[in-house]
Amino acid sequence: MLALDTATPAVTAGVVDLTEDGARLLAQRVTVNAKAHGELLTPHLAEALAEAGHALSDLDAVVCGSGPGPFTGLRVGLVTAAALGQVLNRPVYPVPTPDAIALDARTGAPLLVATDARRKEVYWAAYDAAGRRTDGPHVDRPADVPAKLPAVAHAAGEGARIYADVLGLPVVDAVYPSPTSLVAAAAEELLAKARPAALTPLYLRRPDAVEPTGRKRVTR
Amino acid sequence: MTDRLILGIESSCDETGVGIVRLGPDGALELLADQVASSVEEHARFGGVVPEVASRAHLEAMVPTMRRAVEEAGVELSDVDAIAVTAGPGLAGALLVGVSAAKAYAAALGKPLYGVNHLAGHVAADTLQHGPLPARCVALLVSGGHSQLLLVEGLAEKITELGSTVDDAAGEAYDKVARLLDLPYPGGPPIDRLAKTGDGCAIAFPRGLTGPRDAKYDFSFSGLKTSVARWVERRERAGEEVPLADVAASFQEAVADVLTAKAIRACQDLGVDTLVISGGVAANSRLSGLAAERCAAAGIELRVPRPRLCTDNGAMIAALGAHLVAAGAPPSPLDLSTVPGLPVGTVQLF
Ligand SMILES: [Zn+2]
Repeated sequence: MLALDTATPAVTAGVVDLTEDGARLLAQRVTVNAKAHGELLTPHLAEALAEAGHALSDLDAVVCGSGPGPFTGLRVGLVTAAALGQVLNRPVYPVPTPDAIALDARTGAPLLVATDARRKEVYWAAYDAAGRRTDGPHVDRPADVPAKLPAVAHAAGEGARIYADVLGLPVVDAVYPSPTSLVAAAAEELLAKARPAALTPLYLRRPDAVEPTGRKRVTR
Repeated sequence: MTDRLILGIESSCDETGVGIVRLGPDGALELLADQVASSVEEHARFGGVVPEVASRAHLEAMVPTMRRAVEEAGVELSDVDAIAVTAGPGLAGALLVGVSAAKAYAAALGKPLYGVNHLAGHVAADTLQHGPLPARCVALLVSGGHSQLLLVEGLAEKITELGSTVDDAAGEAYDKVARLLDLPYPGGPPIDRLAKTGDGCAIAFPRGLTGPRDAKYDFSFSGLKTSVARWVERRERAGEEVPLADVAASFQEAVADVLTAKAIRACQDLGVDTLVISGGVAANSRLSGLAAERCAAAGIELRVPRPRLCTDNGAMIAALGAHLVAAGAPPSPLDLSTVPGLPVGTVQLF
């Protein structure tokens, strides 16, 4: 499996071996640079494959984080995954990015995953003790999250770290989604060779655009 | 050497374009596919291109447009020999979708990637219809996003900017004036239609930057737009009817007059006998009509590609890629960046 994610400042590409026994990392390339998704993702996946000793044609499927995440970077992963899937004729499975972070956290207790949505907001989702999503993903101001949040023990993700004082939850060390957890989050579908869901990004926000009202006056 | 297939991907503004061109051993180009998905209707109610709306549409359209292009060409993706993509100039988020896709296609196919200049692509589009360009020509690029006068001394070798707009692009002026006259977006086609029933000499709108001390090859359309607005509002305030067709025709006359006068002056100053006009506004009937008249009078050969090739498309990017491949240019690296403000002199990005 090839796992990609560009919904956080991390540019993530990894090659993962998936069996009934679980997901095992073969190689990965991760760079934390919110401005470099477009530049680095394809070189990263090529390097990870080379280190794993595989060619793109060896892949059985591609897994890609579907966000939510700041729009510009988010699309890099999805369009890359879609194009690879088209050429290789392999299925591409979208995985909500916080689902993978929740698996990385492995706390065994209910959990909040909050990532940085910029504009002083977070994308957040809640998980039960088994790592199943129970709420979200949503986008909110950090101060508004506690009132909407089911009871959780910990928080993970970069948003949890940045707004730790506002959220008031102990922060566990799972910040960006790992390739292994991206694959693990889709393991059931991957192993069953299920028909993948549509490769649609979780934007959660509408585009900033204002409809003009009446004729635009150029003079006073 | 045998034929090579060059794929072109364009996503710098609101059109997702994929084109496929066959490059013959003699350098001849044959257009095999030209597929475009446009998000223009989604922008219409905003009166201009909304970058985030365009970027979202590119992501949705990329794979389906690629599929249609491959079908139209009757080839397999694995037959493609090189991939060219617009790396700039354009909207940052929009460019990123096309470049990211192009990298993935290049990596998956194991074929070289060429990150190229959108503006040079507009000039290259003409070679798909009229064959190779002469050693030197002047190109006038006019669209909603650009208004530029270029000296082209080889598509793969040297493109120099002679002048450009100092404010609005010509197409932008059309959009703004259309809104003023309650015409739909984009403004080019409705103004062109309305102008045909009006008198272009009815109102003497100003010709920007045409004074003796003004930059010879630069354009300015902002003053023209303001002057049209003032004229219309003065009429309305006086309770008089606004002769819409005359306003449209007179505005269009001012735009066409300045563009063609400066382009022909550049040809004459530089001793160039070929003028290429490309970009979305090249389809404007008065611009092409006046250019034909003035070129004929000045003994200049005018080349205007058909409208479909003038607007943003993947075929022009494939054509430019083919010129680079034919010239033996090295491919761009897979960590290629997008450059929203890419200057026209940089034909290929590394
Ligand atoms: Zn253009």
